[in-house]
Amino acid sequence: MIMDYSPLLISLKTSCLATVITFFTGIYAAYVVVRLKHFQGVVDAILTLPLVLPPTVVGFILLVAFGKNSLVGKILLSMGYSLVFSWEATVVAAVVVAFPLMYRTTRGAFEQLDKNIIYAAKTLGISDWKIFWHIILPNTKHGLIAGVILSFTRALGEFGATIMVAGNIPGITQTISTAIYSAVQAGDNDAAFFWVGIIMIFSFVVIVLMNLWLKNSARYTAKAPVRNEG
Amino acid sequence: MTLKVNIKKQLNAFLLNVNFTVENGTFAILGASGCGKSMTLKCIAGVEKPDSGHIELDGKVFFDSDKRIDLPPQKRHAGYLFQNYALFPNMTVWENIAFVIEGNKEYKDELTQENIVRFHLRGLENDYPCSLSGGQQQRVAFARILAAQSKLLMLDEPFSALDSYLKWQLELELGELLDKYNKTTLFVSHNRDEVYRLCSRIAVMNNGEIEAISDKHGIFEDPQTLTAAILTGCKNNSRAHKVNAHSLYAEDWQLQLSVNQQIPDDLSYVGFRAHFFEPKSTQQQVMNCFRAQVLKVIEDTFSYIIMVRPYGTEGRPLRWELDKAEWLRLREKPLFLTIPENKLILLKK
Repeated sequence: MIMDYSPLLISLKTSCLATVITFFTGIYAAYVVVRLKHFQGVVDAILTLPLVLPPTVVGFILLVAFGKNSLVGKILLSMGYSLVFSWEATVVAAVVVAFPLMYRTTRGAFEQLDKNIIYAAKTLGISDWKIFWHIILPNTKHGLIAGVILSFTRALGEFGATIMVAGNIPGITQTISTAIYSAVQAGDNDAAFFWVGIIMIFSFVVIVLMNLWLKNSARYTAKAPVRNEG
Repeated sequence: MTLKVNIKKQLNAFLLNVNFTVENGTFAILGASGCGKSMTLKCIAGVEKPDSGHIELDGKVFFDSDKRIDLPPQKRHAGYLFQNYALFPNMTVWENIAFVIEGNKEYKDELTQENIVRFHLRGLENDYPCSLSGGQQQRVAFARILAAQSKLLMLDEPFSALDSYLKWQLELELGELLDKYNKTTLFVSHNRDEVYRLCSRIAVMNNGEIEAISDKHGIFEDPQTLTAAILTGCKNNSRAHKVNAHSLYAEDWQLQLSVNQQIPDDLSYVGFRAHFFEPKSTQQQVMNCFRAQVLKVIEDTFSYIIMVRPYGTEGRPLRWELDKAEWLRLREKPLFLTIPENKLILLKK
């Protein structure tokens, strides 16, 4: 059996890059939204929407937004670049669908962090920047890692939006998910089984490794700190 | 050290409106839960923003709504000891202290070591907060505030929700720490005993406003308002009105009482502490003596609580507390109680 392994490489490249992007944008969005005083509900709804919409709707919106008739598409085209049906489009699709997972889990983790810890740090003269890096991030690590796992696996399995905005071009935009689709359509059950196996093993291993790592890093959270609410 | 606070803040239906000045020493804000005590401290620390007003410490303006000054908490140096101590869970005891010190490594190490020793934390340097006891956590929190060179210390109900034995241990420790710290301290609590033992001046707060400020002896002897009387532990309170210069009528108790001092026209309540009854078994030829009907006898740990009312009335029962031995001697005889004329507390609204 002669296999083309490019879908594996494309899937990995796409989901890794998408995870890195959602990691930073998701954390930033969560940090900002938690501190919003007005319209928090509306902003949250907009950021969460890609999670609940059918992927085809997300794909369609991306096509409209980046297509050659759109403003963004025209600007890109004037620079000699078209996003639609390019490899970058698979990343954009993966980012958009994975982002809400990172944003939501991070926000939950931020909101669970005892506010008094942040307040204490402020009254002790610690800058907001240092508070973020040395207190907020380390103490929300578990939530952040959960967010990374969820968004990585979501990006890895992304299908609907990808096929609409990036297509299914072997060697360029064909990911494992779209390769399975092609294989099934072509009646190539061997290839379908192969890719299904790969993606299942891969997702499973990622989650198990992350869980193991979390367990070993739970040094200071093994026991909940003494808290006296009142 | 002078802290001036004059702020207003609207919170839904609740209006915080406080105005006070603190000189050196330990100043307490005594108030029931939800009266705005913690919010006041948070406004001083800068983690909450008042709607309007002015806060300054030693001439340094923290907040002024007219001049549009609102210093960030980082520049106020107002140490805040939180109820749950708020140690950084991801840092060891050493790191918790060293993290708040500015300067090079040698200076950090030196100052951290100094505070570790001062607060008896040797041997715990590498422990995480989750493995410390409540008392140890409190000491770390203190060490951290001192290491950060805070100019003011604010304590927010440091003993609430602890069991009474641990609470007493922590209170002893805190008393020592306050002596060592020797800086202006604001102590917020709903517990009159803690406040009485630890503080020199007391402000009574009710519903977002400060009702009375006085030295501690003054406020316990003459609480002035009903809230202050209740918060300082006065168990018997009745609506009252003036009858003449030295006589009043307590409506809830259905008693006419004479008083040593001149009764003000705006008298609205009268209070009487449960320990101050003078019992006799025969009618005395003194003022404010009444034959008492015993309604209920409750045995407390080291005393009896007797609910009484003047014979033949339907007034609200009065609470009388006395030694166990004394009650055993007095019971089963006719009971006459005297409310001494100089022990009645006259209260305004």
